[in-house]
Amino acid sequence: MARGKLGTRHGAKTMTIQIRQENLIDGATGPWEVIIGLEVHAQVTSKSKLFSGASTEFGGEPNSHVSLVDAAMPGMLPVINEECVRQAIRTGLGLKAEINLYSVFDRKNYFYPDLPQGYQISQYKYPIVGAGVVTVDMKDGYSVEVGIERVHLEQDAGKSLHDQHAEFSFVDLNRSGVALMEIVSRPDLRSSEEAKAYVTKLRTILRYLGTCDGNMEQGSLRADVNVSVRKLGAPLGTRCEIKNVNSIRFIGQAIDVEARRQIAILEEGGSIDQETRLFDPKSGQTRSMRSKEEAHDYRYFPDPDLLPLELTQGYVDAIAKNLPELPDQKKARFIRDFALSVYDAGVLVADKENADYFETVAKGRDPKLAANWVTGDLFGVLNRLGKGIDESPVRADHLGELIDLISGGVISGRIAKDVFEIMVETGEAPGRIVDERGLKQVTDTGAIEKAVDEVIAANPKQVEQVRLKPQTLGWFVGQVMKATGGKANPAALNAILKERLGLGE
Amino acid sequence: MKVDEATVRHVARLARIKVSGQEAQSLQRELSAILDWVEQLDAVDTNGVEPMTRVEAMALPQRSDAVTDGGIPDQIVKNAPLTEDHFFVVPKVVE
Amino acid sequence: MSDLTPSDLTGLTIAEARDRLRKKEITARELTEAHIAAIEAANDALNAFVVATPDKALDMAKASDARLAKGQGLPLDGLPLGIKDLFCTRDVRTTAGSAILDDFKPVYESTVTQNLWDAGAVMLGKLNMDEFAMGSSNETSHFKPCVNPWRADGSSKPLVPGGSSGGSASAVAARIAMAATASDTGGSIRQPAAFTGTVGIKPTYGRCSRWGIVAFASSLDQAGPITRTVRDAAIMLGQMASHDPKDSTSADRPVPDYEAALGKSVKGLRIGIPKEYRIEGMSAEIEALWQQGIDWFKAAGAEIREISLPHTKYALPAYYIVAPAEASSNLARYDGVRYGLRVNGRDITSMYEETRSEGFGAEVKRRILIGTYVLSAGYYDAYYIKAQKVRTLIRQDFERAYQEVDAILTPATPSPAFGIGEKSGDPIEMYLNDIFTVTVNMAGLPGISVPAGFSKQGLPLGLQLIGRPFDEETVLRAAQVIEDAAGPARRPDAWWLGSTSAADAPKSPKAAKPAKMAKAAAKKSS
Repeated sequence: MARGKLGTRHGAKTMTIQIRQENLIDGATGPWEVIIGLEVHAQVTSKSKLFSGASTEFGGEPNSHVSLVDAAMPGMLPVINEECVRQAIRTGLGLKAEINLYSVFDRKNYFYPDLPQGYQISQYKYPIVGAGVVTVDMKDGYSVEVGIERVHLEQDAGKSLHDQHAEFSFVDLNRSGVALMEIVSRPDLRSSEEAKAYVTKLRTILRYLGTCDGNMEQGSLRADVNVSVRKLGAPLGTRCEIKNVNSIRFIGQAIDVEARRQIAILEEGGSIDQETRLFDPKSGQTRSMRSKEEAHDYRYFPDPDLLPLELTQGYVDAIAKNLPELPDQKKARFIRDFALSVYDAGVLVADKENADYFETVAKGRDPKLAANWVTGDLFGVLNRLGKGIDESPVRADHLGELIDLISGGVISGRIAKDVFEIMVETGEAPGRIVDERGLKQVTDTGAIEKAVDEVIAANPKQVEQVRLKPQTLGWFVGQVMKATGGKANPAALNAILKERLGLGE
Repeated sequence: MKVDEATVRHVARLARIKVSGQEAQSLQRELSAILDWVEQLDAVDTNGVEPMTRVEAMALPQRSDAVTDGGIPDQIVKNAPLTEDHFFVVPKVVE
Repeated sequence: MSDLTPSDLTGLTIAEARDRLRKKEITARELTEAHIAAIEAANDALNAFVVATPDKALDMAKASDARLAKGQGLPLDGLPLGIKDLFCTRDVRTTAGSAILDDFKPVYESTVTQNLWDAGAVMLGKLNMDEFAMGSSNETSHFKPCVNPWRADGSSKPLVPGGSSGGSASAVAARIAMAATASDTGGSIRQPAAFTGTVGIKPTYGRCSRWGIVAFASSLDQAGPITRTVRDAAIMLGQMASHDPKDSTSADRPVPDYEAALGKSVKGLRIGIPKEYRIEGMSAEIEALWQQGIDWFKAAGAEIREISLPHTKYALPAYYIVAPAEASSNLARYDGVRYGLRVNGRDITSMYEETRSEGFGAEVKRRILIGTYVLSAGYYDAYYIKAQKVRTLIRQDFERAYQEVDAILTPATPSPAFGIGEKSGDPIEMYLNDIFTVTVNMAGLPGISVPAGFSKQGLPLGLQLIGRPFDEETVLRAAQVIEDAAGPARRPDAWWLGSTSAADAPKSPKAAKPAKMAKAAAKKSS
């Protein structure tokens, strides 16, 4: 039976994690190791909710994206959205994980005003996705294999607004019932940098897959962070769970501050209480959520309104066949096919839109030149403008055209920089800019010869000097360039100058 | 008795039902009696038996991903005891 | 207008009324008016309806008459029905017999009732029931007990109509509704049917949509009709049943023509008699009734076989784990936030606790607490998983039995109707009412209770037939044998009309009283 498949491909293998000096935190009593695991909640990209036909659109008037099912009216029943199932499978495959052909939806029972049913439909004992792995490349050149324990589907809760009124909280159920994937990592991370890199990588993978938009401002991706500390070689310490951290930067800050808090307690001879904490970005501290602590007993049991979710291997295989190229694969291909450096390839694939842009620019062109223009000039401009690649003022095909103009000798590299700036401002095609502004490189030797002759005739002193010191030839190049408005083809100019000045080869 | 009064109170707390002292005592008796009575299930050998997960052998039906519902905030809050601007309103929740 | 008296009209079966309506011998209006008047005359005594909707009924009857006049009558056109208050009805107060739903008026219509209205049926109002369908006597209703129209010979002691569909059974038996919707989680259709001399069928789990029915225990709840004849049960079930994409547990299979299955011979049909149902202390009366049923089947040419359903005795205790567990979760939504009663407290948690403490009655609280307990950490495997395993064994018992037999005959209840207040002291004693019916829910099978005779005191008794999954046709066909043999359904004496009954005889068709009563009850609860 498929149920027996809970055993895991990756989970069975215990990964030994190398201790890195730079990851250790120095305490008063010596170095400490930080152990981190994350539960990332990723909103599934779908038009409608997990168990109802209401829209998943962000925002909207209060309770406008709410069906009778989402409001838990008496007698309302859930019906699962096939796209959410498909997205979870896609995600599992993208995380190189086992897809469980038998999974079960359970009810997680607790009371909260933004949880209308009084339970969340989730997956407890039999999740749809089992063990997988994410490879995280660190800046320092090492990589971390982060084990994925499981991925399961569950409903999001609504939203309670506590700041609208002194005595009351306001409840909006627009988010209630939106599909989430909870992606649970193993405690394989050893520093805030690694954790940040892991979430970044996970986000990249989800965006490549199109299973989550990764928009952290809108809460499409948020993380519960489990942190514990231990002395080297010691058994695992007691962990605290920092709930609902909603930016990558905050994840890093929360881990650092929480690790230091725990170390301080332990070094003073205290002990850590296993508890849920909240990170407050304003104070930069974590604080205990005692209100949530009170005897949690979720009383999970299979939701009797739903049947077990059974998949066929054929269904999973068909989804696997149509999986897009993932960041690791793309990176390898960029290195292989475009001879890019590991670093350049890494930068480019970190964002699918960037990678797609680059591919459009690089296609049939010099890849190194394309990479330089994209990662150097273009990213510089985007950074300056605070824009994403999707809002780039320079179109990928235009940038490609610009590279063609350089390679074809139509403009010089120097002129190209000017043309690029004009492209940034006007969004026009480089060919048109070059034509309209007469920036075409002069390759007509007659015109160059004329300019050279004029410069030689006007500067007899310099002519004498260059014959003694051929290295001053550059001065003549500069003069001719000035005279031609920089449009003279440098190679042709050099040859003519040398010939006219009798400098030979 | 199968359950003590503290257990009754704990379970009532989980279920968000206030019980008075007197109620707790009678519930303790009643719950204990019911639990004693269901204990006869211990006599059934269920080794190797799968728990029932569905009444009929049928697959979980799945619907296609389309927006077919929502846009009815008036109806959603129509029966609510307290609302404001289509929000449900509850006593302040402290996190 | 026909020459039938109001009493004749309310005495018609669905099948008879349907035929007369089609032949234009009677109108939907007069049939409806007769029922509205009958409700007005009876409801103070019986408390069967918690909400009456006479205006709605007359509007619907008018539309039916228009269709019937054009010869475009729908399957149930013009037939006045009562609806158990567990079914959500658009703009009509729906309470599930509980104070916690307060003045809840759904903005939606349950699939089953919508099916009935689409078939032309007329809605008379909402029927009393045990709170959230938890009970076997209708005594747990927030709106006071419903009363059985039957009384023991020579006695005026009020008896329970059974439960949880007590209002449905009482109304149909008293001829104040032609038929009623009901629901059955552990016996809630069949037990009250047996107590009131009516026919009650619980179809296979998944046959009727659960969408829009206030949930008690999702894996056990199933809707069905209470009627006065087996044929009426077939007609009603045929319209109530459907495949509903809004209910993930709804069976995607065509609804057969149940009426067409009736009247076919049962010659050679193999009827199983489960020896485990011969429980210790079974009354001689019930034993005799059962034997009578066996004899009837023999006489009709059926083959009788003794069978064994070894896990029968564990069904009830397992049920009292599974049903409360599911209920504890299903009833978590009644929190005073989005609808229903709210009792304010000093903070959100105390608002929940006050609301649920005041809104739920004692039996509901008991079951929520039991359910919460058996699902809580450390007990889940010992109780819930164990019970679900026992359920598998019960189901397997039936699967084995159905290799040898086509249907199973048992008593419907261990006793006839009892007095109001007689058994409300001891929960377990009350639970034992469902001892013969609950196995059927645990296995998801179809079961029917058919009037088969009377106790020494003159109270109705029923026999139960249990069928294979989705084989309601055989169940109905076999039930017809019992009905034919037991003779025409008897009508209880209309004691509620009293000596002034003639003077009170229906004048105004508007039955305003039940509605007023419901309002008063609502005020009291808030």
